[in-house]
Amino acid sequence: MEGRVARAGRALWLAGTGLIFVFLIAPVLVIVPLSFNAEPYFTFTEGMLRLDPEAWSLRWYEQVAFSGEWRGALVNSVVIGLGAALLATALGTLAAIGLTSPGMPARRVVTGLLISPMVIPIVIAAAGMFFFYSDLGLDRTHFGLILAHAALGSPFVVIAVTATLSGYDRNLTRAAESLGAGPLTVFRRIQLPLIAPGVLSGALFAFAVSFDEVVVVLFMGGLDQRTIPRQMWAGIREEISPAILAVATFLIALAVALLIVVERLRKRAR
Amino acid sequence: MRRRLRKPALALPLVAFVLVSFIAPILLMLARGVHQPVVRDALPETLAILDAWDGLGVPEEAAFAAAAEELRAADEARLAARIGGRVNRVRSGLRTVIVAGARTGADGAGAGSARERLLAADPAWGDPATWRALRTAGERFTLRNYLNALDLDRGADGAVVRQPEERRVYVPLLLRTLGVSAAVTVLCLLLGYPVAHVIARAPARRARWLLLAVLVPFWTSLLVRTTAWIVLLQQRGVINDLLVWLGLVDDAARLTLVYNMTGTLIAMTHVLLPFMVLPIYSVMQGIPPRFMRAAESLGATPAQAFRRVYWPLTLPGVGAGALLVFILAIGYYITPALVGGSGGQLFSNMIAFHMETSLNWGLAAALGGILLAVVGALYVLYERTVGGENLRLG
Amino acid sequence: MKGRRAAALLVVAGWSGTVGGSACGGPPAPGGSLTVVSWGGSYERAVTEAYIRPFAEAHEVAVGIESYNGGLAQVRSQVEVGRVHWDVVDLEAFDALRGCEEGLLEPIPPDFLPPGPDGTPASEDFAEGAISECGVGNVFYSTIYAYNDRLIQGEKPATIEDFFDLERFPGRRGMRRSPLVNLEFALMADGVARDEVYAVLDTPEGRDRAFRKLGTIREQVVWWEAGAQPPQMLADGEVVMSTAYNGRIFNAQALESQPFVIVWDGQLLDFGQKAIVAGTPNLENALEFVRFATSAESTARVSGYIAYGPVRASGLPLVSTHVETGVDMLPHLPTAPENERLSLRMDTAWWTDHLDEMNERFSAWLARSP
Repeated sequence: MEGRVARAGRALWLAGTGLIFVFLIAPVLVIVPLSFNAEPYFTFTEGMLRLDPEAWSLRWYEQVAFSGEWRGALVNSVVIGLGAALLATALGTLAAIGLTSPGMPARRVVTGLLISPMVIPIVIAAAGMFFFYSDLGLDRTHFGLILAHAALGSPFVVIAVTATLSGYDRNLTRAAESLGAGPLTVFRRIQLPLIAPGVLSGALFAFAVSFDEVVVVLFMGGLDQRTIPRQMWAGIREEISPAILAVATFLIALAVALLIVVERLRKRAR
Repeated sequence: MRRRLRKPALALPLVAFVLVSFIAPILLMLARGVHQPVVRDALPETLAILDAWDGLGVPEEAAFAAAAEELRAADEARLAARIGGRVNRVRSGLRTVIVAGARTGADGAGAGSARERLLAADPAWGDPATWRALRTAGERFTLRNYLNALDLDRGADGAVVRQPEERRVYVPLLLRTLGVSAAVTVLCLLLGYPVAHVIARAPARRARWLLLAVLVPFWTSLLVRTTAWIVLLQQRGVINDLLVWLGLVDDAARLTLVYNMTGTLIAMTHVLLPFMVLPIYSVMQGIPPRFMRAAESLGATPAQAFRRVYWPLTLPGVGAGALLVFILAIGYYITPALVGGSGGQLFSNMIAFHMETSLNWGLAAALGGILLAVVGALYVLYERTVGGENLRLG
Repeated sequence: MKGRRAAALLVVAGWSGTVGGSACGGPPAPGGSLTVVSWGGSYERAVTEAYIRPFAEAHEVAVGIESYNGGLAQVRSQVEVGRVHWDVVDLEAFDALRGCEEGLLEPIPPDFLPPGPDGTPASEDFAEGAISECGVGNVFYSTIYAYNDRLIQGEKPATIEDFFDLERFPGRRGMRRSPLVNLEFALMADGVARDEVYAVLDTPEGRDRAFRKLGTIREQVVWWEAGAQPPQMLADGEVVMSTAYNGRIFNAQALESQPFVIVWDGQLLDFGQKAIVAGTPNLENALEFVRFATSAESTARVSGYIAYGPVRASGLPLVSTHVETGVDMLPHLPTAPENERLSLRMDTAWWTDHLDEMNERFSAWLARSP
């Protein structure tokens, strides 16, 4: 009797958690197959369920691939994302080394400041940036967006690098210094190789943040700075065609690729 | 000593960069909430006269003369409409009055006194309320935006009064946003805790696969996930189709799951769930299974063992996850904007509305200031309990 | 589809013009650049084919096309911040008047506009009120409501009252997220005669009445912003009926064979205008473009791609068939006699005076929980 109750409870528990996992992964499960729909609808047609090859097609992928708008958006996203990631990584890595050094004054305040781009609601930041960068003549420029996105991505670099630095043995620095190495040499030859996985995953995070950012682009970007998320935003607000799902599938593949690299790096960091 | 200082100084470039590229824009925008120099700068003399005016009857002739002259100059500088817009926010309907006044002034002095000309342009110039509105709009430093953001206003006598009922919008919206954030946090906890537990207890190989189910959505573009929820939740979307096919829902009575608060709740819970799972998971990983076994061998039922041993041990992760989710939810913009319809909009969407559509930037800044204060207070709480540097990224 | 691709090419041309060497290189166009702002979706495709592309080719100007959903906000914002990026904008008539009054738009002298092909001077050729100080009309369009025939069984809606009748016609409705048109529809559905709508709206009681009537269906309304949304929502079954721009519904019927039916009763007729943003650095190109786009030939060409009619008398005889399907366009225009008979002309002056106030009231009304 008791065994049956326990078994029933266990089955319920498994079903429940199983459903939550389905909930987590459902968007991916739905978007990828629907992007191959031959019809402009968002439901699985009978043909698709019968695995009729006629019901599946690459037409939306073709449409996106041949669209100058999407190609331009990809170029913009990559240019802005790389620029922002580069800047955020350079500044963030240095800052992480500074933050974790023993003599750091006002650590909590400085940490709060550096983390703030992650915490402050994006609309407030975007509104402020719109005025500020317009006054500087940097609105509707790639450079302005690179600066803005670098600020948004930098906390992720700081966090990722700090995490690897916490396992860093300071005696290595002292040993190198006692052997006559200057601070630059110590950084280049000893610290950097050790924290490289953290730096790289921070850079990937910063790139991903920029690659996914739409609110600042909405406020500050123009026709010439249309990024992929900006194009998607317009598409979702106007007419959701399965072409958007094709782009979404591409972005999911990119996310999985980034995720795998970051996980590899994390393992190496340990 | 010098060597010690050199390394903390490495944080300086980023500190400077964040201050200039991120903090300064926000502070300057917040300043717009209290500092509105446009009208004062364009109509200095008129406002100087009005400052000395008792605000009761129609002001003296000099006020008309100064207003006509300064408005004319403002019109030439293409500022008249902007001034009209500012005054219009104090008292609705005055935009055209101000603009008409500015255009009449340009006709020259031949057409009678300034008072006659302005009154001919619009009889509202004979109404003391018009002048009071002009005076209020001309305050260089003002708390009016913050008052309005709290559904308050100043009455004719200067006392703070509540807005008329049909204009009380922002406080209810803030409360609604807090409520939604709390609901999303609770939902995330209810869904995230079992997930974290399953992953933490699974054998290493399977755990890695299960963790993917959390990390793939985490890394996937926010817009992609939001699009997915539209596709899933539409009237003719996958979920409704499934329910109809299963016979649970009648085809004619499909559920309304998107473009309302339901859509906002579902999509936000999904988007923020990883932020709950990951901190809880990392805490659970550190709890040796033998703790639970020990509790049970000492006679505790599984429920007791969970309540007395396991749950308290996971509390740091729960606290970190819950605070993080709550903080992020309060500022949410994109998801409500796309799936929220008119009933599922949150505070951030209102800020965007005043930034982009009504162009009431002072009010947008005040609303932003209030939101920032709430988030700031929550961050301080987070910092005190979790520690800012312990923010983890999966 | 072809049109879409062409628009993309033009946009890319705009890119190389402004980005220069940074992202995607390429020589700047010899005629300089121009940013044209229109309404997105099938209307944007239509105007791109009808006159934007021909203009870009004839004058060797790199034309960038942006889309927006109406209103003066972006223009005001650009002028106020002092960074004007838009050159020519497709405005609703009352916005062209307000923008002009506010100094946001460049005045366009009427004698600058080209005469009709028969030599009629522009000032006589345009429909009454279609030219204002800063705005030059180009097409008549109308806001109607349409339903998806497949989603409504039995009796079909036929009048503006039916749109507000949740009992006989249950299901969600799409409406523009704006007080515009909706207040007029609400009053007509509440029994106000067409020619008295604006007189009633002019009184506070009339406005309360309109909002009250809107309130009766509010919980069933899905609000749209972009003109491309209503056909989409109708096709997806998200709503059973929706207010929409008539041309969008026509294109969904003609090009996608959607089972949509337009209800012309109470249609709200207005004209779209071209206006130039004050302070644009491309004033010369902008003026030339407005001249080009408002010629009788250009406006008639628009009718070949979407069911909007020319505002120039000399343009009407040039209207022929839908380019892609060969359908005769005249009966589908909102100004076709049998349609116009059921129409209400939008009172531009009333909205010029009341839009700000109504916008404020409408957004507060929306933001408050019902």
